[in-house]
Amino acid sequence: MAWIRKDLLGLEDLNKEEIELILNTAESFKEVSTREIKKVPALRGKTVVNLFYEPSTRTRVSFEVAAKRLSADVINIAAQESSVRKGETLIDTGRNIEALKADIIVIRHSASGAAEILARNVSVSVINAGDGWHEHPTQALLDIFTLKEKLGRIEGFKVSIVGDIAHSRVARSNIWGLTKLGAQVTVCAPRILIPPGIEQMGAKITDNIDEALSCADAVNVLRMQFERDEENAFPDQLDYFKKFGITEERLKKAKKNIIVMHPGPINRGIEMSSAVADSPSSVILEQVTNGIAVRMAVLFLVSQGHDQKNDDIN
Amino acid sequence: MTILIKNGHVVDPANNLDEIMDILVEDGLITKVGENIRTQAKELIDATGTIIMPGLVDMHVHLREPGREDKETIATGTEAAAKGGVTSVLAMPNTQPAIDSVESVTLLKKIIKETAKVNVFMAAAITRQRLGRELTDIAKLKQEGIVAISDDGASVDNDALFQEALEKAKEQQVLVICHSEDKLLSCGGLVNLGLTSTRLGLRGISSASEYNRVARDIQLAEKTKANIHIAHVSCKESLELISQAKKKGIKVTCETAPHYFSLSEEAVLGFDTNMKVNPPLRSKDDLASIRQGLVHATIDVIASDHAPHTENEKDIEFERAEFGVIGLETELAVAATELIHAGLLDWLELAKKMALNPARILGSNKGTLGVGCDADIIVVSPDKEWIVQKEKFVSKSKNSAFLGKKLKGVVEYTICAGVIIYRNADVHREDR
Repeated sequence: MAWIRKDLLGLEDLNKEEIELILNTAESFKEVSTREIKKVPALRGKTVVNLFYEPSTRTRVSFEVAAKRLSADVINIAAQESSVRKGETLIDTGRNIEALKADIIVIRHSASGAAEILARNVSVSVINAGDGWHEHPTQALLDIFTLKEKLGRIEGFKVSIVGDIAHSRVARSNIWGLTKLGAQVTVCAPRILIPPGIEQMGAKITDNIDEALSCADAVNVLRMQFERDEENAFPDQLDYFKKFGITEERLKKAKKNIIVMHPGPINRGIEMSSAVADSPSSVILEQVTNGIAVRMAVLFLVSQGHDQKNDDIN
Repeated sequence: MTILIKNGHVVDPANNLDEIMDILVEDGLITKVGENIRTQAKELIDATGTIIMPGLVDMHVHLREPGREDKETIATGTEAAAKGGVTSVLAMPNTQPAIDSVESVTLLKKIIKETAKVNVFMAAAITRQRLGRELTDIAKLKQEGIVAISDDGASVDNDALFQEALEKAKEQQVLVICHSEDKLLSCGGLVNLGLTSTRLGLRGISSASEYNRVARDIQLAEKTKANIHIAHVSCKESLELISQAKKKGIKVTCETAPHYFSLSEEAVLGFDTNMKVNPPLRSKDDLASIRQGLVHATIDVIASDHAPHTENEKDIEFERAEFGVIGLETELAVAATELIHAGLLDWLELAKKMALNPARILGSNKGTLGVGCDADIIVVSPDKEWIVQKEKFVSKSKNSAFLGKKLKGVVEYTICAGVIIYRNADVHREDR
């Protein structure tokens, strides 16, 4: 199948075949990063703009490396320091970037839906690099890519997602992606951090970490963003570690080959112990490496896509 | 000025008329209703195949003037009303400044007198600047001509203060319109709480934030025996409470808006800010309850909650966009499409909810086609289809929840106080 979308806004919109196409494309790009000259000319002459309204180092750097390995020119805009401060709207900023003849905008924004609003208003490709609590599709894709690499396939395997589900775009994108590929997803968190409707999205719910770990093939441990707890909804940090932290003792009761993932940056001693983070079960650094391949695939594919709205008119 | 409207299907719930008749209008009043009226009239309207009904009375309209003339003015808002078949509106007091003093009412009356194209009733705020702290002078405001009080956009959180307001309103025989929302519960919410809020990653607004406050408002109405009217009811539980209260004889009426009986929360998927309203679009279950509430007459009134906002305030991130949609120019067609053509209500019942009931609730003798009444009349083609287009709105703002939708039902003529204030330019061209 061929990729037709202009944008990648979330995994909820994608079907199984589209997700598999991204994963397969990523697989072929992964080898590029092992070459002595880590570059292919796939996006030579194209301009990628990283438009980041939230501070982010790892996602931005990952996209930048991915774009450069495809030979694209990359421009980074830390939007919170630029024109936005002068009152320019998101749509105006997008149109200005479009007027610079950029080809792809990678956007990170604190408002859910920001990527979609931008995509509707510009004809260049938009890649969502995280919008509010809504979606973070490339993170979920790299998580799934890493799992598939380890397990051979996704279908039939059990994945538990532990942490603040309510405020997590990573959790939402993972639930959509994993369930579409046939995995069984369980979310585990204090009840107050599980939003309504999760079961209708296809995931099971538990607030017992041992239950979440007991038959899981993989556990994806979310970062607890205590620094962003505006509503004081979070439990105390030490208490959280006691009840939900991933420790070696807890993993002893789990499947022997359980895979431990984390989107980073890790709060050692809060979501998981240092020993677990550094253990052979942990694939955290492989996730970072795979992130490059997945983002290369997404950048490449959206550059092949086109605006479907215009098709309807013609 | 005489107008003779011939051969239309006359729908007048006040007089239980539902048949083909003629109506004669002379000097602003309806002077004859009957078959085969033969007289010379300056204007003859052939109403064959159309519905003739009382001009709509929309008791929930934000005209924005004074203060936010960039969104709407009394001139543009009432022109939109005329196009939508609305001949009377109740102007909500959340203007800038709020309508909370004799001075602001005087100013409002002056603008209405100079620029309004339809009849405008005035509502004043319950509390000064709608801050929920200090009551306005209801007696004085009533003398100035206001017919209702409301802090619409906010509820008076303080129970004791709200009770005092109800007592004063009772004394002055002024209607209290309740925006029933507990902001401690809805705080920061953007869409209905549930699967939709989770899918979108947006903060949710629970139904409880509405119905808990409806319960309180009803309780205080019972205690004080004041007349209250619950605005924009959106959920099942609120309706159950209102239905029980009515059975107990408590003086409560309520309204819903077209978007609550035609759209569910799923319309918000895709982050369309024209679907961002307060209260939020609710579940399909709630939508079904609202429709049933209209059928079973728990809901007395359909009102637009016409809330114009500029594109700058809507064409932005969902969480920053203003709440609210315009509705004056679409409400009759949405109601016809979703309620009449869907077989839920007939024209007589619709005329009750969009003209007679709101007029009575506001203490007005409008909303009827009785002989001797003000000639506020509309002529409607019930089956004619049209597509809602941004460019066609005469309202200053274009934030409609129905853009691109195909609707059935077109206002052909709007007559207000015996004068034709709107006629559909396409009336003859599109006749098929």
